[in-house]
Amino acid sequence: MWKTILRRFLIMIPEVIILSLLVFLLAKAMPGDPFTGSINPKADPQQIKHLMRMNGLYDPWYQQYWNWVVHLFHGNLGNSYQYQEPVTRLIEGRAGNTLWLALFTMILTYVFALPMGVFAGRHEGKLPDTIIRVYTYVTYCIPFFVILVIGIWIFGYVLGWFPTTGSISSDASGWLHTVGSRFYHILLPGLLGALFSTVNIVQYLRSEVIDAKHSDYVRTARSKGVPNRDIYLHHIFRNSLLPIAAFAGYSITGLLNGSIFTETVFSYPGMGLLFVNSISYRDYTVITALVLIYGILNLLGTLLSDIILSIVDPRIRIE
Amino acid sequence: MAENFEQHSDISAADLARLSQEAQAEATPSTAKIIWSEFKADRPAMAALFIIVGFIVFVMVGALFINTPKMMETNIMAYFNQPFTPEFWLGADSGGRSVAKQLIVGSRNSIGIAIGLTIISSTFGICWGLISGYFNGYIDWGMQRVYDFMMMLPMTMMIIVLVTIIPHYNSVTLTFIFSIFYWEGTSRLIRSRTLAEAEKDYVAASRTSGTSHWKIIFREIMPNISSLIIVDCTLSFAENIGVETGLSYLGFGLPSQTPSLGTMISNANDPNNITQYWWTWLPAALEIIILCLAISYVGQVLRRAADASQRQGAAD
Repeated sequence: MWKTILRRFLIMIPEVIILSLLVFLLAKAMPGDPFTGSINPKADPQQIKHLMRMNGLYDPWYQQYWNWVVHLFHGNLGNSYQYQEPVTRLIEGRAGNTLWLALFTMILTYVFALPMGVFAGRHEGKLPDTIIRVYTYVTYCIPFFVILVIGIWIFGYVLGWFPTTGSISSDASGWLHTVGSRFYHILLPGLLGALFSTVNIVQYLRSEVIDAKHSDYVRTARSKGVPNRDIYLHHIFRNSLLPIAAFAGYSITGLLNGSIFTETVFSYPGMGLLFVNSISYRDYTVITALVLIYGILNLLGTLLSDIILSIVDPRIRIE
Repeated sequence: MAENFEQHSDISAADLARLSQEAQAEATPSTAKIIWSEFKADRPAMAALFIIVGFIVFVMVGALFINTPKMMETNIMAYFNQPFTPEFWLGADSGGRSVAKQLIVGSRNSIGIAIGLTIISSTFGICWGLISGYFNGYIDWGMQRVYDFMMMLPMTMMIIVLVTIIPHYNSVTLTFIFSIFYWEGTSRLIRSRTLAEAEKDYVAASRTSGTSHWKIIFREIMPNISSLIIVDCTLSFAENIGVETGLSYLGFGLPSQTPSLGTMISNANDPNNITQYWWTWLPAALEIIILCLAISYVGQVLRRAADASQRQGAAD
């Protein structure tokens, strides 16, 4: 067990190194220099050159990369040129928003998907199963950003049920009001995200239930006289719970990728929106930091899923 | 061959002809035939197929008759012209540009990119999956590490960064940038099927008789998983429509002077447009939804045709 986890960690190390190198080189290749916009436009080009030399921007790339990594380990990601603020503080303020939204979406996804999966498997081939299948199929193939735009149009603007921008209303005061307002702001994006990403869990759980229905332990339980409801809840469902839990790690990747769209549509001040804004301003310290953070979060998500799966399925460990 | 056969057996020529005719009747029908009978059995699928093909042909041909630079000129007189008027069937946007014409040219661009992306990324993914699955061992291990690494990259962010780095990009470079990141799904699917296929006896037999690896991979294994490939290409085509439009929506896809379904939907980013001037973005959004549903419906039918136990039209 521990050997598998250790090996996964060892594989991670070169991946992180290559990622950081790639991110660094891409940032170097981005057009423009960080100083032209931030100081007086009439500034002497000679002076800008001097600033760039002072900041080590004329050093060979490996020297710059090394400096960057050393700073990274000291928790120093540089300054944002657009906001004139340390990148760490800038991201700190927004990471919470993104992670809350992602967590909320994930919980809602499970809340919707688990009953649907069990229900579809239980009534295999009948009307409820067909309805759930059509539903997952429709939600799966429509591009997510189109759903977001139509969702905010109907529920945010036409019906006016939900706020359409921001993460908190400006007049929120007091602890309860603040939390309530935050929750109100993530409700619509969370609901849309959850309703439209159930497909994996539902399909997996459905086939798992169908398999289990004909297995020996279910037949034993049934012949003992266990009520049908309990068989599904305590026998079948519990057995497939762990592999389902493993999906959580993989879905982090999807949620983070989607956060760029969700936050743009809802003008929700998270890391995704920060990224889109920073790109327009060529604020490349922020861009490198965000790409790196997203990559590492993806990596940790996959690691989590792999570890859960290797606990569940010993065959993975041996491989 | 027949004469040679006669010399060594006592089956008469008439019998041989009859036997071979019987064998032909009993043989599995060709893939094309199976797919066609599956479509005939499923009316909605047939309708979906006609809608897709008809629509793609319509926008490809229609776009030829539209002068794009002239269409993109600002015309103050038609500022947010109402839809359903003789001159502007679907109204006009903030620049007085006809939404209907933009929709046709935009569909041509978006669908064209989706087709190109599907062809490039699927070809690459298929080759990757076949090679990785066939040469088990170190080659597979190495290729899997590259795959893991690509999966870890935040795709949307990487594409946006690459788009900003490349100075003069157009739809072709854009398609290539997308292709770098969208082959993983296909490659994993093909790899897992190839792993199973490479264990089979015909591969072992072919290898012992000295067939080269490449011939086994591309002439023997690939035809055997062709139905899977067809299904996967169709489904990823539906997904790929969302790729370019999504990035254009964010403002990092096609340049703003080149209409795309995504840039049209981004009209909805303006709170005034989204409610008051719904015609500037809603048609494009609905078009994407209908197209994606129709294409993946066709994909589902193809998947049924590929799996003998699920066929509906094979009975005739």
